[in-house]
Amino acid sequence: MTETIKTDVVIIGAGPVGLFAVFELGLLDIKAHLVDILDKVGGQCAELYPEKPIYDIPGIPMVTGNGLSEGLMEQIKPFHPTFHLGEMVTTVEKLGEAQFRVGTDTGKTFECKVVVIAAGGGSFQPKRPPIGGIEAYESKSVHYAVRKMDAFRDKNLVIVGGGDSALDWTLNLQPLAKKLTLIHRRDDFRGAPDSVNKMRALVAEGKMDLKIGQVSALEGGDGQLTALSVKCNDGSVARVECDAMLPFFGLTMKLGPVADWGLKMEDELIPVDMSTFETNVPGIFAIGDINTYPGKLKLILSGFHEGALMAQKAHHYVYPDKRLVFQYTTSSTNLQKKLGVA
Amino acid sequence: MPKITFVEHDGTVHTVEAEIGATVMETALRNDVSSIVAECGGGCTCATCLVHVDDAWSGIVGPPHAEEEQMLDAAFEVKPTSRLCCQIKVTQELDGLVVHTPAYQGR
Repeated sequence: MTETIKTDVVIIGAGPVGLFAVFELGLLDIKAHLVDILDKVGGQCAELYPEKPIYDIPGIPMVTGNGLSEGLMEQIKPFHPTFHLGEMVTTVEKLGEAQFRVGTDTGKTFECKVVVIAAGGGSFQPKRPPIGGIEAYESKSVHYAVRKMDAFRDKNLVIVGGGDSALDWTLNLQPLAKKLTLIHRRDDFRGAPDSVNKMRALVAEGKMDLKIGQVSALEGGDGQLTALSVKCNDGSVARVECDAMLPFFGLTMKLGPVADWGLKMEDELIPVDMSTFETNVPGIFAIGDINTYPGKLKLILSGFHEGALMAQKAHHYVYPDKRLVFQYTTSSTNLQKKLGVA
Repeated sequence: MPKITFVEHDGTVHTVEAEIGATVMETALRNDVSSIVAECGGGCTCATCLVHVDDAWSGIVGPPHAEEEQMLDAAFEVKPTSRLCCQIKVTQELDGLVVHTPAYQGR
Protein backbone atom coordinates (compact mmCIF):
# COMPACT_ATOMS: atom_id res chain seq x y z
CA MET A 1 0.00 0.00 0.00
CA THR A 2 1.46 3.34 -1.02
CA GLU A 3 0.87 6.47 1.01
CA THR A 4 -2.26 8.52 0.48
CA ILE A 5 -1.85 11.47 -1.87
CA LYS A 6 -3.54 14.60 -0.51
CA THR A 7 -4.69 17.23 -2.97
CA ASP A 8 -7.51 19.71 -3.59
CA VAL A 9 -9.04 18.06 -6.65
CA VAL A 10 -8.79 14.72 -8.42
CA ILE A 11 -9.77 15.00 -12.08
CA ILE A 12 -10.79 11.68 -13.62
CA GLY A 13 -9.85 11.83 -17.29
CA ALA A 14 -7.02 13.75 -18.96
CA GLY A 15 -8.81 14.56 -22.22
CA PRO A 16 -9.13 18.16 -23.41
CA VAL A 17 -11.87 18.98 -20.91
CA GLY A 18 -9.96 17.51 -17.94
CA LEU A 19 -6.83 19.37 -19.04
CA PHE A 20 -8.58 22.73 -19.36
CA ALA A 21 -10.20 22.21 -15.94
CA VAL A 22 -6.66 22.37 -14.52
CA PHE A 23 -6.40 25.89 -15.96
CA GLU A 24 -9.68 27.14 -14.57
CA LEU A 25 -9.00 25.57 -11.16
CA GLY A 26 -5.42 26.83 -11.19
CA LEU A 27 -6.52 30.44 -11.65
CA LEU A 28 -8.41 30.00 -8.37
CA ASP A 29 -5.35 28.51 -6.60
CA ILE A 30 -6.80 25.01 -6.65
CA LYS A 31 -4.32 22.17 -7.20
CA ALA A 32 -5.21 19.09 -9.21
CA HIS A 33 -4.09 15.55 -9.87
CA LEU A 34 -5.33 13.83 -13.03
CA VAL A 35 -5.85 10.11 -13.55
CA ASP A 36 -6.34 8.54 -16.98
CA ILE A 37 -6.49 4.94 -18.15
CA LEU A 38 -4.59 5.78 -21.35
CA ASP A 39 -0.81 5.98 -21.19
CA LYS A 40 -0.94 9.49 -22.70
CA VAL A 41 -2.92 12.69 -22.20
CA GLY A 42 -5.54 13.88 -24.69
CA GLY A 43 -8.31 11.31 -24.24
CA GLN A 44 -10.33 10.81 -27.42
CA CYS A 45 -8.21 13.50 -29.14
CA ALA A 46 -5.16 11.30 -28.62
CA GLU A 47 -6.76 7.91 -29.11
CA LEU A 48 -9.36 8.45 -31.82
CA TYR A 49 -8.22 11.43 -33.88
CA PRO A 50 -4.61 12.43 -33.14
CA GLU A 51 -4.03 13.54 -36.74
CA LYS A 52 -7.57 14.53 -37.71
CA PRO A 53 -8.45 18.20 -37.97
CA ILE A 54 -10.93 19.76 -35.51
CA TYR A 55 -12.69 22.83 -36.93
CA ASP A 56 -14.84 24.05 -34.04
CA ILE A 57 -12.46 25.28 -31.37
CA PRO A 58 -13.22 29.01 -30.99
CA GLY A 59 -10.42 31.19 -32.32
CA ILE A 60 -8.50 28.26 -33.81
CA PRO A 61 -9.82 27.59 -37.34
CA MET A 62 -8.11 24.20 -37.52
CA VAL A 63 -6.19 22.07 -35.06
CA THR A 64 -5.50 18.33 -34.86
CA GLY A 65 -6.33 16.24 -31.80
CA ASN A 66 -2.66 16.09 -30.88
CA GLY A 67 -2.22 19.80 -31.57
CA LEU A 68 -5.05 20.65 -29.19
CA SER A 69 -3.65 18.40 -26.44
CA GLU A 70 -0.19 19.93 -26.85
CA GLY A 71 -1.62 23.45 -26.69
CA LEU A 72 -3.58 22.63 -23.54
CA MET A 73 -0.52 21.07 -21.89
CA GLU A 74 1.42 24.28 -22.60
CA GLN A 75 -1.45 26.40 -21.27
CA ILE A 76 -1.70 24.52 -17.94
CA LYS A 77 2.06 24.28 -17.33
CA PRO A 78 2.09 27.16 -14.80
CA PHE A 79 -0.23 25.14 -12.54
CA HIS A 80 2.01 22.04 -12.32
CA PRO A 81 -0.68 19.37 -12.47
CA THR A 82 0.37 15.83 -11.54
CA PHE A 83 -0.56 13.05 -13.97
CA HIS A 84 -1.25 9.41 -13.13
CA LEU A 85 -1.42 7.74 -16.55
CA GLY A 86 -2.23 4.13 -17.37
CA GLU A 87 -4.40 3.95 -14.25
CA MET A 88 -8.12 3.64 -13.82
CA VAL A 89 -10.06 5.17 -10.94
CA THR A 90 -12.07 2.31 -9.50
CA THR A 91 -13.52 3.78 -6.31
CA VAL A 92 -14.82 7.16 -5.14
CA GLU A 93 -16.04 7.37 -1.54
CA LYS A 94 -17.42 10.36 0.29
CA LEU A 95 -15.79 10.56 3.73
CA GLY A 96 -17.46 13.79 4.83
CA GLU A 97 -18.19 17.37 3.81
CA ALA A 98 -15.65 18.25 1.09
CA GLN A 99 -13.71 15.08 1.77
CA PHE A 100 -13.37 12.20 -0.66
CA ARG A 101 -11.21 9.11 -1.00
CA VAL A 102 -10.37 8.04 -4.55
CA GLY A 103 -8.72 4.71 -5.38
CA THR A 104 -7.12 3.40 -8.58
CA ASP A 105 -6.61 -0.07 -10.00
CA THR A 106 -2.89 0.12 -9.21
CA GLY A 107 -3.60 0.60 -5.50
CA LYS A 108 -3.05 4.37 -5.35
CA THR A 109 -5.23 6.33 -2.92
CA PHE A 110 -6.04 10.04 -3.00
CA GLU A 111 -7.77 12.21 -0.44
CA CYS A 112 -9.30 15.33 -1.89
CA LYS A 113 -11.93 18.00 -1.36
CA VAL A 114 -13.50 17.81 -4.80
CA VAL A 115 -13.81 15.13 -7.50
CA VAL A 116 -14.20 16.16 -11.14
CA ILE A 117 -15.34 13.45 -13.53
CA ALA A 118 -14.17 14.37 -17.03
CA ALA A 119 -14.26 10.82 -18.31
CA GLY A 120 -15.76 11.46 -21.77
CA GLY A 121 -17.33 8.28 -23.10
CA GLY A 122 -15.96 6.30 -20.17
CA SER A 123 -12.66 4.52 -20.10
CA PHE A 124 -10.84 3.12 -23.11
CA GLN A 125 -10.73 -0.62 -22.63
CA PRO A 126 -9.54 -3.46 -24.87
CA LYS A 127 -12.00 -4.87 -27.39
CA ARG A 128 -13.15 -8.37 -26.61
CA PRO A 129 -13.14 -10.66 -29.66
CA PRO A 130 -16.50 -12.36 -30.28
CA ILE A 131 -15.29 -15.92 -29.74
CA GLY A 132 -17.81 -18.16 -28.00
CA GLY A 133 -17.15 -18.54 -24.26
CA ILE A 134 -14.15 -16.19 -24.14
CA GLU A 135 -15.41 -14.44 -20.97
CA ALA A 136 -14.84 -17.61 -18.95
CA TYR A 137 -11.11 -17.54 -19.74
CA GLU A 138 -10.52 -13.84 -19.14
CA SER A 139 -7.99 -12.91 -16.43
CA LYS A 140 -6.98 -16.57 -16.07
CA SER A 141 -5.70 -17.51 -19.52
CA VAL A 142 -6.96 -14.76 -21.84
CA HIS A 143 -5.30 -11.42 -21.14
CA TYR A 144 -5.66 -8.03 -22.81
CA ALA A 145 -2.49 -6.61 -21.30
CA VAL A 146 0.79 -7.94 -19.98
CA ARG A 147 1.32 -7.05 -16.34
CA LYS A 148 4.16 -9.48 -15.66
CA MET A 149 6.13 -11.04 -18.52
CA ASP A 150 7.15 -13.93 -16.35
CA ALA A 151 3.55 -15.12 -16.20
CA PHE A 152 4.06 -16.36 -19.79
CA ARG A 153 7.30 -18.26 -19.19
CA ASP A 154 7.23 -21.81 -20.63
CA LYS A 155 3.67 -21.34 -21.90
CA ASN A 156 2.15 -22.19 -25.25
CA LEU A 157 1.29 -18.61 -26.03
CA VAL A 158 -0.96 -17.25 -28.78
CA ILE A 159 -0.91 -13.56 -29.65
CA VAL A 160 -3.62 -12.19 -31.95
CA GLY A 161 -3.36 -8.95 -33.92
CA GLY A 162 -1.25 -7.05 -36.42
CA GLY A 163 -0.37 -3.76 -34.78
CA ASP A 164 2.46 -2.63 -32.55
CA SER A 165 1.03 -4.13 -29.35
CA ALA A 166 0.82 -7.58 -30.94
CA LEU A 167 4.26 -7.33 -32.53
CA ASP A 168 6.03 -5.81 -29.51
CA TRP A 169 4.71 -8.51 -27.20
CA THR A 170 5.54 -11.18 -29.75
CA LEU A 171 9.17 -10.03 -29.78
CA ASN A 172 9.34 -9.59 -25.99
CA LEU A 173 7.67 -12.84 -25.03
CA GLN A 174 9.06 -15.16 -27.72
CA PRO A 175 12.29 -15.84 -25.76
CA LEU A 176 10.29 -16.74 -22.62
CA ALA A 177 7.45 -18.77 -24.09
CA LYS A 178 7.65 -22.48 -24.71
CA LYS A 179 6.03 -21.87 -28.06
CA LEU A 180 4.60 -18.69 -29.53
CA THR A 181 2.06 -18.42 -32.33
CA LEU A 182 1.07 -15.08 -33.82
CA ILE A 183 -2.33 -15.02 -35.54
CA HIS A 184 -3.38 -12.18 -37.80
CA ARG A 185 -6.20 -11.85 -40.31
CA ARG A 186 -3.92 -10.91 -43.24
CA ASP A 187 -0.29 -11.41 -44.17
CA ASP A 188 0.47 -7.72 -43.83
CA PHE A 189 1.21 -5.90 -40.59
CA ARG A 190 0.58 -2.27 -39.73
CA GLY A 191 3.14 -2.30 -36.89
CA ALA A 192 6.59 -0.72 -37.11
CA PRO A 193 8.51 -2.18 -40.13
CA ASP A 194 11.50 -3.05 -37.93
CA SER A 195 9.29 -5.16 -35.63
CA VAL A 196 7.68 -6.85 -38.63
CA ASN A 197 11.12 -7.77 -40.01
CA LYS A 198 12.25 -9.16 -36.65
CA MET A 199 9.07 -11.21 -36.33
CA ARG A 200 9.44 -12.58 -39.89
CA ALA A 201 13.05 -13.55 -39.14
CA LEU A 202 11.92 -15.51 -36.06
CA VAL A 203 9.34 -17.32 -38.20
CA ALA A 204 11.97 -18.10 -40.86
CA GLU A 205 14.30 -19.50 -38.17
CA GLY A 206 11.50 -21.73 -36.91
CA LYS A 207 11.46 -19.99 -33.50
CA MET A 208 7.79 -19.04 -33.68
CA ASP A 209 4.70 -19.73 -35.80
CA LEU A 210 2.64 -17.30 -37.84
CA LYS A 211 -0.89 -18.16 -38.89
CA ILE A 212 -2.99 -16.02 -41.21
CA GLY A 213 -6.63 -16.28 -40.25
CA GLN A 214 -9.11 -15.63 -37.46
CA VAL A 215 -9.58 -17.46 -34.15
CA SER A 216 -12.91 -19.27 -34.36
CA ALA A 217 -13.17 -21.43 -31.22
CA LEU A 218 -11.57 -22.00 -27.83
CA GLU A 219 -11.02 -25.26 -25.94
CA GLY A 220 -10.43 -25.69 -22.23
CA GLY A 221 -12.17 -25.68 -18.89
CA ASP A 222 -12.28 -23.87 -15.54
CA GLY A 223 -10.86 -20.74 -17.14
CA GLN A 224 -7.83 -22.58 -18.47
CA LEU A 225 -7.33 -22.64 -22.24
CA THR A 226 -5.86 -25.79 -23.75
CA ALA A 227 -6.20 -25.13 -27.49
CA LEU A 228 -7.88 -22.93 -30.07
CA SER A 229 -9.03 -23.21 -33.65
CA VAL A 230 -7.96 -20.85 -36.38
CA LYS A 231 -10.01 -20.44 -39.52
CA CYS A 232 -7.18 -19.85 -41.98
CA ASN A 233 -7.58 -17.65 -45.05
CA ASP A 234 -6.88 -20.63 -47.32
CA GLY A 235 -10.07 -22.25 -46.02
CA SER A 236 -8.40 -24.78 -43.72
CA VAL A 237 -8.93 -24.91 -39.96
CA ALA A 238 -5.84 -25.26 -37.77
CA ARG A 239 -5.81 -26.35 -34.16
CA VAL A 240 -3.17 -24.67 -31.98
CA GLU A 241 -2.32 -25.89 -28.49
CA CYS A 242 -2.44 -22.91 -26.22
CA ASP A 243 -2.25 -22.14 -22.46
CA ALA A 244 -2.57 -18.40 -22.80
CA MET A 245 -3.93 -15.97 -25.38
CA LEU A 246 -3.30 -12.24 -25.77
CA PRO A 247 -5.78 -10.60 -28.21
CA PHE A 248 -4.92 -7.05 -29.38
CA PHE A 249 -7.81 -5.50 -31.31
CA GLY A 250 -7.48 -1.94 -30.07
CA LEU A 251 -9.61 -0.09 -27.58
CA THR A 252 -13.23 0.86 -27.21
CA MET A 253 -14.98 3.21 -24.81
CA LYS A 254 -16.83 1.57 -21.96
CA LEU A 255 -18.50 3.36 -19.09
CA GLY A 256 -16.48 1.40 -16.54
CA PRO A 257 -16.64 1.85 -12.76
CA VAL A 258 -18.33 5.31 -12.85
CA ALA A 259 -21.68 3.57 -12.48
CA ASP A 260 -20.64 2.17 -9.08
CA TRP A 261 -19.95 5.46 -7.30
CA GLY A 262 -23.47 6.12 -6.09
CA LEU A 263 -24.15 8.86 -8.63
CA LYS A 264 -27.48 9.33 -10.31
CA MET A 265 -27.12 8.13 -13.92
CA GLU A 266 -29.31 8.49 -17.03
CA ASP A 267 -28.48 6.33 -20.06
CA GLU A 268 -24.85 5.98 -18.95
CA LEU A 269 -24.54 9.75 -18.50
CA ILE A 270 -24.38 11.80 -15.32
CA PRO A 271 -27.08 14.45 -14.88
CA VAL A 272 -25.69 17.73 -13.54
CA ASP A 273 -26.86 21.12 -12.31
CA MET A 274 -26.47 23.45 -15.29
CA SER A 275 -25.12 26.36 -13.27
CA THR A 276 -22.32 24.48 -11.50
CA PHE A 277 -22.01 21.10 -13.28
CA GLU A 278 -22.25 19.42 -9.90
CA THR A 279 -23.77 15.94 -9.71
CA ASN A 280 -26.37 14.80 -7.19
CA VAL A 281 -23.47 14.27 -4.75
CA PRO A 282 -22.20 17.64 -3.47
CA GLY A 283 -18.49 17.99 -4.24
CA ILE A 284 -18.52 15.62 -7.21
CA PHE A 285 -18.72 17.37 -10.58
CA ALA A 286 -19.10 15.96 -14.09
CA ILE A 287 -17.91 17.90 -17.14
CA GLY A 288 -17.56 17.13 -20.84
CA ASP A 289 -19.12 14.26 -22.76
CA ILE A 290 -19.97 12.23 -19.65
CA ASN A 291 -22.59 14.66 -18.31
CA THR A 292 -26.11 15.44 -19.43
CA TYR A 293 -28.48 18.38 -18.99
CA PRO A 294 -31.20 19.95 -21.13
CA GLY A 295 -29.70 20.99 -24.47
CA LYS A 296 -26.37 19.26 -23.85
CA LEU A 297 -24.02 19.16 -26.84
CA LYS A 298 -21.01 16.85 -26.79
CA LEU A 299 -18.59 19.51 -27.97
CA ILE A 300 -15.12 20.24 -26.62
CA LEU A 301 -16.05 23.91 -26.31
CA SER A 302 -19.04 23.01 -24.11
CA GLY A 303 -16.69 21.03 -21.87
CA PHE A 304 -14.43 24.07 -21.54
CA HIS A 305 -17.36 26.24 -20.45
CA GLU A 306 -18.49 23.56 -17.99
CA GLY A 307 -14.98 23.45 -16.48
CA ALA A 308 -14.98 27.21 -15.91
CA LEU A 309 -18.30 27.15 -14.06
CA MET A 310 -17.34 24.01 -12.14
CA ALA A 311 -14.21 25.76 -10.81
CA GLN A 312 -16.29 28.57 -9.30
CA LYS A 313 -18.29 26.11 -7.21
CA ALA A 314 -15.24 23.94 -6.44
CA HIS A 315 -13.61 27.03 -4.91
CA HIS A 316 -16.40 27.09 -2.36
CA TYR A 317 -15.42 23.57 -1.16
CA VAL A 318 -11.65 24.08 -1.28
CA TYR A 319 -11.65 27.56 0.34
CA PRO A 320 -14.94 27.75 2.26
CA ASP A 321 -13.90 30.95 4.07
CA LYS A 322 -12.53 32.87 1.08
CA ARG A 323 -14.68 35.17 -1.00
CA LEU A 324 -14.20 34.60 -4.71
CA VAL A 325 -13.65 37.73 -6.78
CA PHE A 326 -14.10 37.21 -10.49
CA GLN A 327 -11.10 38.39 -12.51
CA TYR A 328 -9.93 38.48 -16.13
CA THR A 329 -6.55 37.18 -17.31
CA THR A 330 -6.26 40.25 -19.57
CA SER A 331 -6.26 42.74 -16.72
CA SER A 332 -5.66 41.04 -13.39
CA THR A 333 -2.02 41.20 -12.27
CA ASN A 334 -2.93 38.59 -9.67
CA LEU A 335 -3.94 36.07 -12.36
CA GLN A 336 -1.03 37.08 -14.56
CA LYS A 337 1.38 36.29 -11.70
CA LYS A 338 -0.12 32.82 -11.44
CA LEU A 339 0.38 32.39 -15.18
CA GLY A 340 3.96 33.59 -14.87
CA VAL A 341 3.49 36.51 -17.28
CA ALA A 342 3.25 39.49 -14.91
CA MET B 1 -32.04 10.55 -53.64
CA PRO B 2 -30.21 7.21 -53.68
CA LYS B 3 -31.62 4.50 -51.45
CA ILE B 4 -29.47 2.31 -49.22
CA THR B 5 -30.56 -0.89 -47.52
CA PHE B 6 -29.01 -1.97 -44.23
CA VAL B 7 -29.67 -5.59 -43.32
CA GLU B 8 -28.92 -6.09 -39.63
CA HIS B 9 -27.63 -9.32 -38.15
CA ASP B 10 -31.04 -10.12 -36.63
CA GLY B 11 -32.77 -9.68 -39.98
CA THR B 12 -34.08 -6.14 -39.44
CA VAL B 13 -34.08 -4.34 -42.78
CA HIS B 14 -33.84 -0.55 -43.10
CA THR B 15 -34.21 0.92 -46.57
CA VAL B 16 -33.46 4.61 -46.28
CA GLU B 17 -32.79 7.66 -48.43
CA ALA B 18 -29.20 8.82 -48.51
CA GLU B 19 -27.82 12.24 -49.25
CA ILE B 20 -25.23 12.31 -52.04
CA GLY B 21 -21.85 13.23 -50.56
CA ALA B 22 -22.70 11.98 -47.07
CA THR B 23 -21.09 8.74 -45.90
CA VAL B 24 -22.91 5.46 -45.53
CA MET B 25 -22.07 5.64 -41.79
CA GLU B 26 -23.77 9.05 -41.45
CA THR B 27 -26.76 7.68 -43.33
CA ALA B 28 -26.97 4.80 -40.86
CA LEU B 29 -26.82 7.06 -37.79
CA ARG B 30 -29.43 9.47 -39.17
CA ASN B 31 -31.75 6.53 -39.62
CA ASP B 32 -31.13 4.77 -36.27
CA VAL B 33 -29.38 1.71 -37.63
CA SER B 34 -28.24 0.70 -34.17
CA SER B 35 -25.61 -1.85 -35.18
CA ILE B 36 -23.46 0.97 -36.57
CA VAL B 37 -21.61 2.37 -33.52
CA ALA B 38 -19.17 4.81 -35.18
CA GLU B 39 -17.36 5.60 -31.96
CA CYS B 40 -14.82 7.93 -33.60
CA GLY B 41 -17.43 9.74 -35.64
CA GLY B 42 -15.99 9.01 -39.05
CA GLY B 43 -12.25 9.33 -38.49
CA CYS B 44 -11.35 5.82 -39.64
CA THR B 45 -9.77 5.21 -36.23
CA CYS B 46 -12.12 2.90 -34.33
CA ALA B 47 -13.44 0.16 -36.65
CA THR B 48 -16.93 0.20 -35.11
CA CYS B 49 -18.86 0.92 -38.33
CA LEU B 50 -18.02 -2.37 -40.07
CA VAL B 51 -20.34 -3.55 -42.83
CA HIS B 52 -20.18 -6.45 -45.22
CA VAL B 53 -21.09 -5.11 -48.65
CA ASP B 54 -23.56 -7.36 -50.43
CA ASP B 55 -21.81 -9.53 -53.01
CA ALA B 56 -23.79 -7.94 -55.83
CA TRP B 57 -22.47 -4.51 -54.84
CA SER B 58 -18.95 -5.28 -53.72
CA GLY B 59 -17.37 -4.62 -57.11
CA ILE B 60 -19.14 -1.27 -57.48
CA VAL B 61 -18.31 -0.04 -53.97
CA GLY B 62 -14.71 -1.20 -54.34
CA PRO B 63 -12.09 -2.32 -51.84
CA PRO B 64 -10.97 -0.49 -48.70
CA HIS B 65 -8.19 2.09 -49.08
CA ALA B 66 -4.83 1.44 -47.39
CA GLU B 67 -5.54 3.24 -44.10
CA GLU B 68 -8.95 1.60 -43.86
CA GLU B 69 -7.47 -1.86 -44.56
CA GLN B 70 -5.15 -1.32 -41.58
CA MET B 71 -8.04 -0.25 -39.37
CA LEU B 72 -9.96 -3.40 -40.35
CA ASP B 73 -7.38 -5.22 -38.20
CA ALA B 74 -9.30 -3.87 -35.21
CA ALA B 75 -12.62 -5.28 -36.42
CA PHE B 76 -13.95 -8.82 -36.10
CA GLU B 77 -15.05 -11.47 -38.58
CA VAL B 78 -13.67 -9.44 -41.45
CA LYS B 79 -14.51 -10.75 -44.93
CA PRO B 80 -13.16 -9.83 -48.37
CA THR B 81 -16.28 -7.67 -48.86
CA SER B 82 -15.95 -5.87 -45.50
CA ARG B 83 -15.67 -2.10 -45.37
CA LEU B 84 -15.77 0.60 -42.72
CA CYS B 85 -18.84 2.45 -43.87
CA CYS B 86 -17.57 5.87 -42.73
CA GLN B 87 -15.22 5.54 -45.70
CA ILE B 88 -17.94 4.94 -48.30
CA LYS B 89 -19.32 8.15 -49.80
CA VAL B 90 -22.84 8.04 -51.20
CA THR B 91 -23.03 8.63 -54.96
CA GLN B 92 -25.87 8.28 -57.45
CA GLU B 93 -24.13 5.11 -58.63
CA LEU B 94 -24.77 3.52 -55.21
CA ASP B 95 -28.58 3.87 -55.50
CA GLY B 96 -29.93 0.52 -54.31
CA LEU B 97 -26.78 -0.43 -52.32
CA VAL B 98 -27.24 -3.29 -49.86
CA VAL B 99 -24.92 -3.71 -46.86
CA HIS B 100 -25.07 -6.26 -44.04
CA THR B 101 -24.19 -5.15 -40.49
CA PRO B 102 -22.54 -7.43 -37.92
CA ALA B 103 -23.92 -8.43 -34.53
CA TYR B 104 -20.92 -6.99 -32.68
CA GLN B 105 -18.72 -3.98 -33.33
CA GLY B 106 -16.33 -4.56 -30.43
CA ARG B 107 -18.50 -3.09 -27.67
